[in-house]
Amino acid sequence: MLHAIETSGITKKFSEVTAVNNVNISIKQGELFGLLGPNGAGKTTLINMLSTMTVPSSGSARVWGFDVVADASLVRQSIGVVFQDITLDDRLTGRENLDLHGRLYGLGGRIRKQRIEEVLSLVELTDRADSLVKTYSGGMLRRLQIARGLIHRPHVLFLDEPTLGLDPQTRAHIWEYIMTLTKEGVTIVLTTHYLEEADHLCNRVAIIDRGEIVVIDTPKTLKSRLGGDVITLELEDSADIARLYAIYEHDGFATMVSRSSNEISMAVRDGESKIPRVLNLAYNAGISIHSVSLHKPALDDVFLYHTGRAIKDTDNSELQGLMRSRSHSMRR
Amino acid sequence: MPKRAVGVVYAMWLGEMLRFWRSKSRIVGALSTPFTFMLFLGPGLSSGFQFQGGGAVDISFFAPGFITMSVLFASLFAGGSIIWERESGILKEVLIAPVSRFFIALGKAAGGVTIALIQGIMVLIFAGLIGVHYVSGIGVLGGIIIMGLSSIGFIGVGVSLASRIESPEGFQMIMSFLAMPLVLLSGAFFPISDLPVWLKGLVYVNPLTYGVEALRWCLLGNSTIPVSLSIAVITLFAVAMLGIGGNLFGRIKV
Repeated sequence: MLHAIETSGITKKFSEVTAVNNVNISIKQGELFGLLGPNGAGKTTLINMLSTMTVPSSGSARVWGFDVVADASLVRQSIGVVFQDITLDDRLTGRENLDLHGRLYGLGGRIRKQRIEEVLSLVELTDRADSLVKTYSGGMLRRLQIARGLIHRPHVLFLDEPTLGLDPQTRAHIWEYIMTLTKEGVTIVLTTHYLEEADHLCNRVAIIDRGEIVVIDTPKTLKSRLGGDVITLELEDSADIARLYAIYEHDGFATMVSRSSNEISMAVRDGESKIPRVLNLAYNAGISIHSVSLHKPALDDVFLYHTGRAIKDTDNSELQGLMRSRSHSMRR
Repeated sequence: MPKRAVGVVYAMWLGEMLRFWRSKSRIVGALSTPFTFMLFLGPGLSSGFQFQGGGAVDISFFAPGFITMSVLFASLFAGGSIIWERESGILKEVLIAPVSRFFIALGKAAGGVTIALIQGIMVLIFAGLIGVHYVSGIGVLGGIIIMGLSSIGFIGVGVSLASRIESPEGFQMIMSFLAMPLVLLSGAFFPISDLPVWLKGLVYVNPLTYGVEALRWCLLGNSTIPVSLSIAVITLFAVAMLGIGGNLFGRIKV
């Protein structure tokens, strides 16, 4: 087996929406692979198909060598899933949640107890293990949920937005756990819409937008493809955006130009020396600039380049989309 | 694999027990209805009824009805709990485990039956304390088996409904819509020997009637419906509902 995960043309259609469209990815053993995209891009649907929770409409996928439809049970034995929403039983203690999980996965008494202690200390919840889960904070819930996904020592671990809604400190903590796991050889698929998370953690990143994979590569290559620097302009009057954008496009000195609601970004080589020219072009067109910034390309810029939208711009409308699809799925 | 299956059933059962033990208010709530009914409604009703031909209806007559009622509520609730577990995501975690849904359902049902029996036995003891006279110890044991059979059937009903209904509110509405007529038309509160024809028809198609009648036979030594027929009906009902509930649970989407 060469790949921990391999999909070919996997697609999921809900009545009128295509949530995941013709996705082909191969993930190597031991890789930490990121699925990056705004809310509602199809990340969770893809994870659901790979973890056998949702049957694909067409195409196929193999996880740890097993077909996700035909050998669903073998796939389940090989994977751990940490869901985006909390799926712990808050009427039980942390330890009881882990214990029931271990039993469901067929772990015998001694091994089960030992693994529970192991994962509890990994996520630093040993002290609180015997408290009811309903007394846990958001970060503790998330940590316990990760711990639970590890008890049965899965070959492949799916982490669906593991740090969603957590404070930066807890997030950094969870990143540490994730790094520890990859050192132990666990293949990890992580979805996130935090760019710095993907940048910081992942060996490779797939940008997924509107159900399709836009690009797959290492964060480093993705960024370097944009050239050396990114110049971002904020305009006084956002009505001028289209006009100025056309000017820069036409001029052709930037390897890419993109725009959001009130900003224009362009990737250039040797950014410091390009700033005067950028400002001159705007001045000649009579367009006033509010601010200029120069930075090294981040995944934000990569995302903007490939999708034509900033990931933060999409959040709001996509969130509404998500709520629609949620009430949709509840109806069925 | 058989060892594995037993492990899964036990894990599910254990989870149910832990949750039951943690929710003291649920236990109190579940028992308060039959207890109050028995304390006040029993004596009130028995002063007004007489069997045709003269025998007085005493409080003992109502005990099987109240016990069955508490078993019914506990069972429907246990079966229906999957609707809350789906809502809160707990069910998703269970269903992604590499085990057959059949054993998961079986474990949950086993937990539900245990809870229903605990509640039913508490009512049975309470009834004994306030003066209901049971004919024999063996009868009481038989009665507990009858309670278990009735419980399986109504857990199946709860699971079936919960698998098809999406919102907890909808489920609660259907429950109250269903539970009260089931109880009222079961002969729990009145002798079924001489009812108007239309009412008799409804009482005889109600599976709960046979649970009450079988229990009455076991505990008190007499019943209107022959005990063999009652046992046959509730056994059949249990098997059928277990099949339907298991099937619908197998197709549940989370």
